[in-house]
Formats: sequence, structure tokens, C-alpha cells
Amino acid sequence: MRIFPYALGAAALGFAAFWLLTRPAPSDPAVFAVLTGDVTAGEQVFYAGGCASCHAAPGAEGDAKLILAGGQAFATDFGTFYAPNISTNMDNGIGAWTVADLGRALKTGTSPDGRHYYPAFPYTSYARMTDQDVVDLYAYMTTLPADPTPSRAHEVGFPFNIRRGLGLWKLLYLNDDPVLTNADTPELERGRYLVEALGHCAECHTPRGALGGLDTAAWMTGAPTADGKGKVPAITPGALGWSAGDIAYYLETGFTPDFDSAGGHMADVVTNMANLPSEDRDAIAAYLLALE
Amino acid sequence: MGLKTWIACAALGATVVTGAGVAVAQDGKAAENAVKVRKAQMQIYAYNLGVLGAMAKGQLPYDAETATNAANSLAAASGMRIPGAWLPGTDSESFEGSRALPAIWENGDDVRAKAVALWEASTDLSDAAGMGLDEMKAAFGPVGGACGACHKAYRAPAN
Repeated sequence: MRIFPYALGAAALGFAAFWLLTRPAPSDPAVFAVLTGDVTAGEQVFYAGGCASCHAAPGAEGDAKLILAGGQAFATDFGTFYAPNISTNMDNGIGAWTVADLGRALKTGTSPDGRHYYPAFPYTSYARMTDQDVVDLYAYMTTLPADPTPSRAHEVGFPFNIRRGLGLWKLLYLNDDPVLTNADTPELERGRYLVEALGHCAECHTPRGALGGLDTAAWMTGAPTADGKGKVPAITPGALGWSAGDIAYYLETGFTPDFDSAGGHMADVVTNMANLPSEDRDAIAAYLLALE
Repeated sequence: MGLKTWIACAALGATVVTGAGVAVAQDGKAAENAVKVRKAQMQIYAYNLGVLGAMAKGQLPYDAETATNAANSLAAASGMRIPGAWLPGTDSESFEGSRALPAIWENGDDVRAKAVALWEASTDLSDAAGMGLDEMKAAFGPVGGACGACHKAYRAPAN
């Protein structure tokens, strides 16, 4: 009987520790308040970040890709996630968000009401975004159309449906450390930013551990697709064997050096990358060739 | 819709998706052949795109006759009517080695439209290929777009 109060105490302590450790990141409006957003620059961030690839309605093409109504399904080992509406609709989109809300979501994976987002939203990459890019992106996104489609709830079973647990996951996997540490030219630095932050290339091209965190030791060495039905190729220099020109041309046109053509999600990536200046595609190529 | 497009629609429509009008027994051999011939057709695309692409990338000097020949081959291949090539039961879920998603057989109209889009873009490329490097490059882009549009929706990732 005597042990009982101790056990209870330990449990309470454990719970308190869990609660403390899994606290969502606070909002930080001051950081963004001093910056001014640029719509044109924000459009480039939007394409480099690939926002529409996931948040446009399923099957949307052309201008319809700018209606960020959500609804695409992402089947994973942890459940099926549905991309939410991030259009400017006030009730069902994110039209009511402040720039600080967007920054907190992108860089810490936390919603305006203080809940953890699932990492199907690649905030582990966006964590490396500059504050200026957040502000520019915000400026651009406010120019996009509103859509009233309500976001669909994710289909996630126990224990993954306890969002608070994601706080522990974030302690393990969420940081803004660069992976390529020796980016010693402006081009490599830009390439690193495009690949590791905005482009979130590693989210598909790098394998994940049992808990779903990226294995940075196996950076860009290829991985199973999220639904487990196929493989995402390795894009390290050794595996790919492409020149810088080949990589840049692929990102612009979708054509591999042997003139196969990109499919699946990568076709969306190519559409986005084709909207960037050619220097950006060259920078991505330089980065990929600097790996290993 | 012009007459040219209409004919292409009719021709492609008959083979793409349904594989109908062909008395190919749906046994293992027919399925194997269907996947083989589809891949062969894609190889013909890739080969000719490679010639034009090498010129576009500056790896091969532009030559009007070579470019025109490659573009004509591409246009011919993309308008080709191959009986039984899209045999039902040869999708990526049913047939080992196939990367053709089952959705192809569910979205006939869309697949047909995408096939016609490729044929139209490659016909335009045929017209432009001999007119100069810049003209050829300008017409090359939409062909890539047509390839990507179909692969995005209907090709499974490699295994």
C-alpha cells in the first residue's frame, strides 16, 4: 500500500514531463512584424515550396492549381492524411491567419490554436525557411482565390491520433540544421536552401526510420513510396550519374538524359521547378552533385 | 475540333483503353505482348525525342533534315494504332512489370484526350522541326508537357 502514493507521484511526474516536453511551439509575431512581403518573390517561394502540388484539389491542372482547396489523400503506414484547404477562405481555409500564424505553421508545424500538425506537412524541411520567404509567401498567398471546401479529417488510428505525442517526435526530428555542411559557394548555398528547405526533396528521396523520421545518414539515397507500392529513386551523384546540365534540364522539361519523362508526384515538381529562374535549377544541380 | 484531330481521336480511341475490336485472347502471352509493345512504343518516342533533345540541349548540332525525320517518326509513333496494346488486365496491379495504373482503364475519355494531346503536339513539332533550332525548341516543350501530363496521372513509380 505504501508504494501507491509513490507510483501515483511518479505517474503525475511522468505526465507533467510529457506535457512539458510535448508543448507546441509558441507564436512569435514580433519576428515577422518588422518585415514587408513581396508578392512576386512570394510566387517564387510558392513554386519552389511546391504548395499547390499537395494542396490543390485532386486532379487540378493549370490555373485550377492556384485554388488551394485541399482534399488530396496521402496513404502512409500511420494512416491516411488529407491535405487541408489552405485557400483564402475565412472559415474553411486560412484566410483568417496572420503572417505569424503561417510562420509558426511552416517552421514549427504548429496550428494557430496551438496543436501539432502531422509531419505529412513537411515542416521538418520548411523549418529552414528564412523569415523573409515566409512573409513573401504570405503576401502571395493572400492574392489567391478563396474556396469553401471544408478540410477532410485525417484517418489516423491510436496512438498516432494523439497529436500531443507529436511533440516528442518533434524533439527527435524537428530542427533547422543543414544536412550538407560545406556549402561554401553562393550557388551551393542557394541549392541547399532550395533542396533542404523549400523543395523538401528529402521528404520523398530519403528513407525514414521506424518512427517516420528522416534518416539523414542516408540522405537522398532513395526510399519506398509513402504507400509502399513503389520506389522513389536515389538522387546522389553515384546513383544518378547525371551531369549538372542533365539535372537542370530534367527539372525544366521532365526529360531524363535517356528521354524518359517524369511521372507521378515528380511531374508536379517539374512543373513547379520550370517556373523558377534557370539559376535556381542550376543551383539544385550543383547541390545534388556536392552530396556524398 | 478539326478533321485531323477527329481522325486521330477515332483511331486512338479504338485502341487506347478498351483494346476493343481485337480478337486477342486474354491469356498470359497476350498480356505479356501488350506490355511489351507499349514499352516498345515508348522506346520509339524516347529514341526520337533523344535526337531532338540533344539538339535542344546543344549536344548535337542542329540539322533540319535530321530533326524533321525524328519529329516525323515521333508523330507517326504517337498516332500509331496498335491493336490490343491496352488490353484490360495489364495494369500495374495485375501484371508484373507493368507501370500502367489501373486508372487508365477507368478514365477512358481523359486518357484518350491525353493521347490526342501528345499526337497533336508531336504533329506540330513535325511542322516546326525543319524551320530552325528555335522553332524546333519552342515546339518541343509542349511534347514534354504531354508526356508529363499522362505520366503524372497514369504511371506507377518504378519498382
